[in-house]
Amino acid sequence: MGMRRPVRWHIAVFLAPAVLVYTAIMIVPLFGTLNLALWNKGEGGPVFVGLANFATLFGDPRWSVAFWNALGNNCWFFVVHMLVQNPIGILLAALLSNPRLRMAAFYRTAIFIPTVLSFVIVGFVWKLILSPIWGIAPGLLDAVGLKVLFAPWLGQEWSALTTLALISVWQFVGIPMMLIYAALLSIPDEVLEASEMDGITGWSQFRKIKLPLILPSIGIISILTFVGNFNAFDLIYVSQGALAGPNYATDILGTFLYRTFFGFQLQLGDPHMGATIATAMFGIILVGVCIYLFGIQTRLRRYQF
Amino acid sequence: MTRTIRFALLASTMLAGAAHAQTTLTIESWRNDDLAIWQDTIIPAFEAQHPDIKVVFAPSAPAEYNAALNSKLDAGSAGDLITCRPFDASLALYDAGHLADLSGLAAMANFSPVARSAWQTDDASATFCVPMASVIHGFIYNKDAFDALGIAVPVTRDEFFAALDKIKADGTYIPMAMGTNDQWEAATMGYNNIGPNYWKGEEGRLALIAGKQKLTDADWVAPFEELARWKDYLGDGFEAQTYPDSQNLFTLGRAAIYPAGSWEISGFNTQATFKMGAFAPPVAAAGDTCYISDHTDIAIGLNAKSPNLEAGKVFLEWVGSPEFATMYANALPGFFSLNSTPVEMADPLAQEFVSWRGKCQSSIRSTYQILSRGTPNLENETWNASANVIRGSETAADAAKRLQDGLASWYEPQK
Repeated sequence: MGMRRPVRWHIAVFLAPAVLVYTAIMIVPLFGTLNLALWNKGEGGPVFVGLANFATLFGDPRWSVAFWNALGNNCWFFVVHMLVQNPIGILLAALLSNPRLRMAAFYRTAIFIPTVLSFVIVGFVWKLILSPIWGIAPGLLDAVGLKVLFAPWLGQEWSALTTLALISVWQFVGIPMMLIYAALLSIPDEVLEASEMDGITGWSQFRKIKLPLILPSIGIISILTFVGNFNAFDLIYVSQGALAGPNYATDILGTFLYRTFFGFQLQLGDPHMGATIATAMFGIILVGVCIYLFGIQTRLRRYQF
Repeated sequence: MTRTIRFALLASTMLAGAAHAQTTLTIESWRNDDLAIWQDTIIPAFEAQHPDIKVVFAPSAPAEYNAALNSKLDAGSAGDLITCRPFDASLALYDAGHLADLSGLAAMANFSPVARSAWQTDDASATFCVPMASVIHGFIYNKDAFDALGIAVPVTRDEFFAALDKIKADGTYIPMAMGTNDQWEAATMGYNNIGPNYWKGEEGRLALIAGKQKLTDADWVAPFEELARWKDYLGDGFEAQTYPDSQNLFTLGRAAIYPAGSWEISGFNTQATFKMGAFAPPVAAAGDTCYISDHTDIAIGLNAKSPNLEAGKVFLEWVGSPEFATMYANALPGFFSLNSTPVEMADPLAQEFVSWRGKCQSSIRSTYQILSRGTPNLENETWNASANVIRGSETAADAAKRLQDGLASWYEPQK
């Protein structure tokens, strides 16, 4: 009645810094990119072309073949991470959370260290390790009598992308490990003790008690892996160059975008087609995240203790 | 109070005056290998004659140069002097108003029309960079290895492959040091190195631009067929061998022949401990006219938005002088001056390379002028195709057809 609620200015004031910074460095550039994709070079300046750039990207075989190749490679890159990085991360976390393990802190640190290294260092070091000329990989295989298994993995079409994906797994396996490790530690002892009282121990305890409790963390890791993989660029660029050889076998959306947007060698940069690819990448990631948020996360059961 | 302000104003004018007395010019370049030469030799020589101008050489990594430069020019943060890539990359910068028209420079008279052609508008009405140097392709070989195996320097293709067979059979040396990991060597030191002998240099190159020849013609497919034969002579795991790997294999004395560009000379001179020689791309039969790739590679232009246009022009006049040509060609053996004044060079390997200009017909890389303007980009596609052909994952005919289809998709005379 006569008591009007006072305007709560402090909410706006407290939100302002974050909103302003986020708008300036994220939202404005994002819409700038989306807008750039709707224009193209014309006589005497950019002209509005609507969705014509997208028609070129998906309709012109010279663009679409490269795009689908990059998207396919990107999907394989993601699949390798999901099949190798995350299960290994969970396994390592399970081992680390075992109270009988000695030197757990050392292992944890050692496995996590590559994560903080620069892509440039990781790419360079692995290139040296796997080099058929100077690398230690052929020597090590030779020492155990398996020299025949060695191949110039980074130079062959069938193996280059998988090799790079595994290098990336090596670098980032520490992240799922840490997140799962934290989730495992947060499971209350009462729950585990109760399960032990019921005779559930060891592997079946992990599968029936711990795994359901860490599923939300696994979901978060999956989505982080997805976003990270579809934005990947550095490792490929550092080790294979912007042309993502051999024969575009390691070309992912990030390198395709780089070549198009900034140009490469004699190829001049095309900001409009580049922005078109960037928009397509944004769309792919958006769809992936939405599928996760609405299709999976809402169905995950959460337990409160 | 007013007095303080007056002093402040006075002080600032004096400071501004002092700043005017010396202009600083910044050079953008991709030649980070040459940093020491610019800093120790070239810039001091210029600054001694022009004490009012200070020059800073600020190179970036070769692979990133074009992208970084374009971004800097668009943002207005690029240096005063721009090292120019040949043909379209620089032409686009001129068309966008980033490079100043230098046709009026007195020093331009020191360069032949061919030398200037790489940095001109298509109608040759404006020249926007001062030509500095060209690079010549050929093969550098390990003289000690050739002597030990009793191999004579090959002149014909048959002799070339016989030599490779002999080195391979002996087994001490890897016959040829090249890898396909970085792709560009396959195109630049492979296809465009041996190609001019097949397509008769300028004759074929200009016919391709005019649409009178196609990349699927026998003369253009044949270099790919020869490249496919190289596979057997490359080292183990050449698929993952990078450009620095190849350089090191050769300079460590583990490989006998290195498909080269003359820019390697100064690096190889410091690294290699054995005697080196060079031979031009072999011809079909002894006595045939030989053609070499003598590629106009590097020039220097003026940022049209530079605040130091006058000082920049003073520097460029000097770059166009015979004095600079002699200094540059000797400081960087393998970068051959484009200046019309003959330059004396001391380095024997560089002399060998440059001597081919007298014996053979010079041409430039086939993909550089006009033909790499569209999408797909012919130069980049040629990297990929050459590497595929050497690895054996694509036949010569298929690769040529793919390149031709790509070119014909956007280039009118080829349609």
